[in-house]
Parts: sequence; structure tokens; C-alpha cells
Amino acid sequence: MIKLGDVVKRIRSKNAGPFWITVDIFCGDLKVFNLVRNTITTSMVLQLTKVPAKALKRFELEGLMVVKFSFHRQAIQGSRGDRDMHGAQIANLFLELDVKVLV
Amino acid sequence: MSTRVLVPSGVLGLGFDSQALKRGLELRPDIICIDGGSTDSGPFYLGTGSSKYAHEIYKSEWRELMIARERGGIPLVLSSCGTCGTNSMVDWMYELTKEIAKSLKQNIKVALLYSDQSIEYVTEAFNARKLSELNPAPKLNNEQLSKFSNIVALAGAEQITEALNTGADIILAGRATDTAIIAALPLKNGDSSGGAWHGAKIAECGAFCSTVPNSGVILVDFDSTGFTVEPMALEARCTPDSVSAHMLYENVDPFILYEPGGYLDVTNATYTALSDRKVRVEGAKWVPSADYTVKLESAYVSGYQTITMVIVRDARYVKNIKVWVAKLTKFLIKKIEINTDLFLNDYSLDFHLIGINSALGELETEVIYPVEVGVQLVVTASNQKIATELSKLINPYILHFPLTDTEPLPTFAFPYSPAQIDRGAFYEFGLNHVMSLKEPMDCFQLKLHELSYD
Repeated sequence: MIKLGDVVKRIRSKNAGPFWITVDIFCGDLKVFNLVRNTITTSMVLQLTKVPAKALKRFELEGLMVVKFSFHRQAIQGSRGDRDMHGAQIANLFLELDVKVLV
Repeated sequence: MSTRVLVPSGVLGLGFDSQALKRGLELRPDIICIDGGSTDSGPFYLGTGSSKYAHEIYKSEWRELMIARERGGIPLVLSSCGTCGTNSMVDWMYELTKEIAKSLKQNIKVALLYSDQSIEYVTEAFNARKLSELNPAPKLNNEQLSKFSNIVALAGAEQITEALNTGADIILAGRATDTAIIAALPLKNGDSSGGAWHGAKIAECGAFCSTVPNSGVILVDFDSTGFTVEPMALEARCTPDSVSAHMLYENVDPFILYEPGGYLDVTNATYTALSDRKVRVEGAKWVPSADYTVKLESAYVSGYQTITMVIVRDARYVKNIKVWVAKLTKFLIKKIEINTDLFLNDYSLDFHLIGINSALGELETEVIYPVEVGVQLVVTASNQKIATELSKLINPYILHFPLTDTEPLPTFAFPYSPAQIDRGAFYEFGLNHVMSLKEPMDCFQLKLHELSYD
């Protein structure tokens, strides 16, 4: 199994205020960027984050070779259902995505 | 005219490189700006009006910056004092400033900018439809508003400029946007507004926009067409990639940043290396809005909590831990119903399985059984007495509950005596709204003090 974390340079996630989490996928080069752009579909990310479609934004930044996803926190930061105050551990779900189709 | 802004670090309390600060000061900046807060550590700090970092850390860093300010003969601005930026934290920083000024024999003018909002003021604005929801916003009504223990408005460049106009040597501001203190002086000096806000966003986390994020100190030169950014630590470099990537950081949209009075659009920004450590940025656009709005933040007590931790090492129980928790929960709900007057909506039991899925909860995709599982039970109730009492009621069962009825009672590992830990009040964030104002200073107060200790 090949994971997304094995092909890209870096993935980080972080709160963007108490109501959003944002995930930055730094692809490292244009070839990987194009692969990620075409392979990591929005519906894959919806499934991974369990957010409704209208609560997810997708950005593709060719200059930085970054694919970015921002989505509503399903539990507001620090609320009873929240397990991760800074939202930084959710990046691991993306790092561990099975992407054998990529290579 | 151009404006040179020195940013010692992303937040007061996080530390900075003293040599880099010295180097920055030698380049004769016009102002030193540092942020003191964030919602990043959760609602407790705003809920209680308290700070995250140790008092001694604030004291030593603030002292160093107060010495730098005097050497440079320039203003020093701190915003979002004490993590949450409440009035109580502005006053707390003022007391610390007085104490340090006295020991350094400094004569200084200190401006205090207050951001607290009373429940009455915000309720009136809410009823007059002057509050607008941001996406997503918690539900709001008069009853919910009355629960907030603290409400702050985020000051923008306009309120910081008011404070600068007093001629103060030190400005201690309550809650403000991360960028406002950095953008204020360039805007006041007539530098490019797109450049002022963009440069402020790039520098708001200090050296995060460089190759050595924890070196802290950044110098930004603002002018009529954009800005130039350079880290002050010798080992750090700013590159077009390190600088432009910072627009992604903690930002929902990497091109747009909303501020009081408008928004920044960096879609057409260009990033050019001037040397191997200095980057020139141009092309960002500031789009003023018709309505002047400030963002509000609030927190409230949503319950009281007690935690009980037990460690399960028995391999059979580890393998069946989710079944065990489901069975135990069902049993406990029944037990509480029989032995107390409490109903299901009076309390909640949250089991966090450390080693299984405690960080990601339902989103966890990995299924690997560890050697042991930490079972953390969080009891939330309407007061501390109930939360503690329920935890004591649960104690023997979380210790001894069997997987099946026909086996000997197990005994798991309690690491502490008593097994439960009271967490006290539990806070939640209550607002993601903006409030429209006629004038920027409508809901902020400015106070000026002169200190003389020589």
C-alpha cells in the first residue's frame, strides 16, 4: 500500500479559527501536484472528514504546488465533542490515504 | 513614505532570538509590534479572562522588549493581551508594565485599548439586527447571549491608529486581529493599503514566514507599492515560497483575508527574491466594505466536568474495548436512573479510548490493537457537585466491570487516588458573528497613563 504521505512533501492541518480546520498538502513538484489534484477528489475528502459538501472548500495553488482543503469543524473547537484543540492531528488521515492509483 | 516594522515573534510568551532582536533594532525600525493572543488554545482563556503562558515568561520577554523600545525611541505595541485580550488582561499587562518601568527607571506614556463588550451592548446590537452571522455560526438568542462570561470585539487598524495618535510609547491593546497592529502605522503613513495588510498577514507569526520558524524576529519595510520582508536571525531566510506559503497558514481561504472595514485580496500578488534571504511582495489589493464591522468572540460555561482514567492491559478486554464501553455505558445509564434523581439530559458520559481513537474519534481509519488502552471517562453535568458525585458512583464499575456476566470480576489499573479529577467549569465558544458600527471607536475605549520613575 502506498500512502499519500509517501508521495507528497508535507501535509499539515490546523485550526483556522474555532469553527474551521484547514489542511495544506504541499506536493513538492508539479508532477505530484497534478497527480494529487486529479486523484484526491472532493468526494474522497468528504468521506474522510465526514462533513457535508457545502461545508468544504477546495483550493488548488499551482504556484505553490499546494492542494488545500478547508472545512467546518464538526465539533466546535473545545466543545464537548472536540478531541483535538488545534486540529493538527487530522492531517494524519490525509497522510495515510491509500493512493496506489497515483503511482 | 515608507515604514519599517519590527516583529519580535508570533506571540509574546513564545520566545525570540535576542541577537536577532538586537540586529533588527540596529536597522532603526519605526515601531515594534507583537501579538499576545489567539483563540488557538481553546475557549477556557476567554471564558475566564486569563492567559496561557507563565507570568515569569511574560515578564522576561516584555522587559526585553521594553528595553529595546527605549533604545530605539519608538512605540511598542502589544495586542490581544494575555491570550484572550479581555480588559482584565490589558490591566494585568499594565500592572506588569508599571512594575518593569519602575525597575528600569523609565518614563513612559502608556495607552490602553479596551475591547470588552457588555452583554447589554451586544444584546441591543443583536435585537437591532446589527449582528451578522459568519459561516458557520452558533445559534444565538437573548438567553444564549445572557450566558456569556466574556465578549470581546476584535479591533482593527483604525482603533490601533487611535492609540498611536495619542503619542504613546507603549500600547497595550485588548483583543485585535493578528494583523491590525502591524498594518496600522503603514496605513497611517499612507503606504499601499494592499501591501500594508498583506505584509501584516505575512509577519503576524514572526519568523513563521521564513525557513527557521522559531527564530522569531522579522523586519518588514512597507512603501507605496508593497513590502519587503527579511528575517533578522542570520540562519533564517525568507524565500518566495516560505513567504507566499504563509497565506495558507490558519487561513480558510489562501487568497482572501477579512478585516474590520474590508478585505485583503492577494490573488494577483507577486513574490520576488531580492537576495537569498529577502523577498519583495507587490500586487495585493485592499477592498474596502460599505459597512464597518468588527468580529466578536465569546465564551460561556456550558457545564462542569470530572475525569476518571483507568488503564486496561488485559488483552481480551483491549480487543473488545468498544464492546466493553458500550455495555458499561448502558449499565451506567440504568444505574444512574435507579439510584439518583438525574435524567439522561442532566449529564453526559464521554469515553475517550486512548490508544484506539481518542484524537480523531469517529474519523479514525486505522484499526490496530495496542498493548493497553487508556480509558478516559469525562462526566459533564450542570454543576461540579453532580459531576463529582456521578464519577464516584461510576468508580467501582469502571474498575471492575466484566465483559460477560459469568466471569470473575476484573480489576483494571487506576493510576491515581482518588481516581477522579475535577476539571471545574467547562467553557465553549459562543459567537462567530460580526457587529456593524457607525464609528470604529464606538465599542472600544482608550485610556492614557503617564508613568514617571526616573
